[in-house]
Amino acid sequence: MDATAIHARLEARFPGALGPLVAGNDPAITVRPQDIVAVATMLKTDRELAFDCLSNQSGVDYPKREEIEVVYHLFSYGLRHAIVLKVGVPRDHPRLATVSGVWRTAIWQEREIFDLLGVVFDGHPDLRRILLPEDWVGHPLRKDYVEPTEYHGISTKRESML
Amino acid sequence: MSLMNTMPEFLVTTKVDEMLNWTRKSSLWYMLFGLACCAIEMMQTGGPRADLDRFGAVPRATPRQSDLMIIAGTLTLKMALRTKLLYDQMPDPKYVISMGSCSNCGGLFQLAYSVCDGVDKVLPVDVYVPGCPPRPEALTEGLLKLQEKMMREKWLVRRGNEPAPARA
Repeated sequence: MDATAIHARLEARFPGALGPLVAGNDPAITVRPQDIVAVATMLKTDRELAFDCLSNQSGVDYPKREEIEVVYHLFSYGLRHAIVLKVGVPRDHPRLATVSGVWRTAIWQEREIFDLLGVVFDGHPDLRRILLPEDWVGHPLRKDYVEPTEYHGISTKRESML
Repeated sequence: MSLMNTMPEFLVTTKVDEMLNWTRKSSLWYMLFGLACCAIEMMQTGGPRADLDRFGAVPRATPRQSDLMIIAGTLTLKMALRTKLLYDQMPDPKYVISMGSCSNCGGLFQLAYSVCDGVDKVLPVDVYVPGCPPRPEALTEGLLKLQEKMMREKWLVRRGNEPAPARA
């Protein structure tokens, strides 16, 4: 099934929940934040869609749009088709429902997005930092992140030897 | 009077310091501590072609049996605290070789938020080996330099106003 057909099938089930299909190498559909779990569940369970693999989930910070966008790359091994979902959440208060109940791989991916961008995933079973130490301050992939001058007494700047 | 040819053949005369240093430098057990791509070169250096074992250096898997720590790779701030902990667990006298640009000064990743810009911010370093990554020959050279440094150590004299070491 190609991206247009996937979009049409979703649109019929969730009228008003989806944005237009954005064409490109990876055709993308914008989804309203409150509908992401329902859309994800349909994408996985519908026989015609059968997206059994969340191959990547990531986040992008857009300061000008005051938004953090969570991006889902989906693939169906059975039907050999792919689609991208995008969900924008407000930058100052980023909360989104977890899809870890649909694809279990989202547990780690969402921990990474929480770690680096600070998006809180409601309903996540184990929302902790995954890469950075637990006592780290801030979320480094945000565009306005300011690097702390030291970490546990180790300064993070190196003086030039010249 | 020269002592030459006045001793039986099985005797060797030397200085105690040199004798101690020679035994120590000839069994530099290094801790297996690969952090990034430099670890691959360190494995090569320990392997049959470069063969650090020729100089008495063999890898150990625990800090408690090690004399030398080779910091091979990018040291992140998260790892820096653990590295310090491992270093503190090594028995004295202990040495550190900083292998590669990353552990020397942060290298390619110096401006990254998560990288410790040089292992010398957390540990005292004896020898810095440049390179990205250094070839096995370079690491071997670093080890030989460390051995030279060890041979210059004095264990029997007290220097300056240093207090005598406490005895239990």
